[in-house]
Amino acid sequence: MSLKTSDVEKIAHLAQLSINDEEAEGLLGELSGILGLVAQMEQVDTTGVEPMAHPLHMNQRLRDDVVSETDQRDKLLALAPSSEAGLILVPQVIE
Amino acid sequence: MHHKSIRQHADSLRQGEYSSVELTRSFLQRIKQYDGQLNSFITVSEEQALASAKAADERLAAGDASLLTGIPFAHKDIFCTDGVRTSCGSRMLDNFIAPYNAAVVDRLAEAGIVNLGKTNMDEFAMGSSSETSFYGAVRNPWNTDCVPGGSSGGSAAAVAAGLAVAASGTDTGGSIRQPAALCGISGLKPTYGRVSRWGMIAFASSLDQGGPMARSAEDVAILLQAMAGFDARDSTSAQRDVDDYVSPLQDSLQGLKIGLPKEYFSAGLDAQLQASIMQAIDEYKRLGAEIVEISLPNTALAVPTYYVVAPAECSSNLARFDGVRYGHRCEDPADLEDLYKRSRAEGFGDEVKRRIMIGTYALSAGYYDAYYLKAQQIRHLISDDFRKAFEQVDVIMGPTTPTTTFGLGEKTNDPVTMYLSDVYTIAVNLAGLPAMSIPVAPVDGKPVGLQLIGNYFNEARLLNIAHGFQQVTDWHQQMPAQFN
Repeated sequence: MSLKTSDVEKIAHLAQLSINDEEAEGLLGELSGILGLVAQMEQVDTTGVEPMAHPLHMNQRLRDDVVSETDQRDKLLALAPSSEAGLILVPQVIE
Repeated sequence: MHHKSIRQHADSLRQGEYSSVELTRSFLQRIKQYDGQLNSFITVSEEQALASAKAADERLAAGDASLLTGIPFAHKDIFCTDGVRTSCGSRMLDNFIAPYNAAVVDRLAEAGIVNLGKTNMDEFAMGSSSETSFYGAVRNPWNTDCVPGGSSGGSAAAVAAGLAVAASGTDTGGSIRQPAALCGISGLKPTYGRVSRWGMIAFASSLDQGGPMARSAEDVAILLQAMAGFDARDSTSAQRDVDDYVSPLQDSLQGLKIGLPKEYFSAGLDAQLQASIMQAIDEYKRLGAEIVEISLPNTALAVPTYYVVAPAECSSNLARFDGVRYGHRCEDPADLEDLYKRSRAEGFGDEVKRRIMIGTYALSAGYYDAYYLKAQQIRHLISDDFRKAFEQVDVIMGPTTPTTTFGLGEKTNDPVTMYLSDVYTIAVNLAGLPAMSIPVAPVDGKPVGLQLIGNYFNEARLLNIAHGFQQVTDWHQQMPAQFN
């Protein structure tokens, strides 16, 4: 599975990263090198092997659906790059 | 004062030889004097440190102190600290002051530890040399032209140079053990789930684990005692009691069965480094241990498997950095997509972008089975190798790294070569096992780490085995002359 520059541009779009042509060329070589390393996995027969999602094979623990956090609205809003009247601002998304 | 162990400091503080405020001032002074050469700290929080030291002195006077009360410490800048910037080594979080403390930070603060500041690291913990930080590369105190390892390289360098008594680290593929090895200190990656990940900025959630880095196994044991334990806020936190890590340190090693995996002593391992490891194994034989040759047949698959699992999880975890709620936002975004794409392109460095893109590709439509699913299956095979080995032996030993420290810039142009420097540490994270690195005889003045891998939740035995070696050797007490 060899990558093309157009693949790199598509991946960058999916990852929401802006890249220029020069960066796309550089990434093409680097990502291809990493995928070459990863391709060693193909040699292994994994028929019937259970995928391992958790090192200790534990199930996700669930908590009761009750309020556990205190109100920290002002503290959290203070971290936002842009806010007004208790709301976080972004560029207009609805015409 | 900077040579002493936690227990020696605890005794001195109780006998009134010096106060925690005096001890803290002396470490802050050392940071001012030496850190220009190392760049091991991103932020020094002098005011908060002195306030904690004053509170520690009051606890000591009231007889309400733990072994850690008043001990100057440093947190890797991946642990959230309320009121002190948490950058994760990234431009993305250059302006981020967390609204809460990580569980590890709170637990150690409750024990009375004094946090001197936040240590430098590879950006978002992605790297093996601490060169990918937005705040510049960290240097190795044993040779300042060389790397300290990574990603917890700032913590390792600070402890090795005596700028903090001990430090926290995190380990996703070797990020505690590899810098501990390259800087000549002791470091432990606990069993997955033993130490809470709450408030520790996520890289690869099924692999990440926080742990202590210090001079000796005894210091590591004392720290782990305070750090470990169930935390309801971390959904993968282990719901089981914490063992006593300190009392069993003195237990005999007579009859200990050490497994040496033949795959860890094959091509690619530096010959002098191998000789140093075998010298340490001989020391264990003198302590009564028995050596068993074992095989971990899927060892060579660990790095390829990791470079699917870790990037896939990182691409998902780092999706939260979008320039909207916190972190870096680009100037004058044209629309929302431009805001996301440029904020992320400007906020993340090259290595982080590479890994996000590999992960995005591996998880994209049509490729999931070939990459992520396949990697999770091989992960099972790697884990089974260890399970079988632990039917025969108590501990697995080998080198922590294939070479000693390397020059700054030497491997930055070739990601794959850099990735292969973690060949011995990565499988441990895939399996979720606990493992340590402790210093053994150096090669050409450069530190060498012996890796000790234990069975699940067997940290007490691992620490006992490491401590036994440190009772008959003094590699862990050596300090680089330049910083002594």
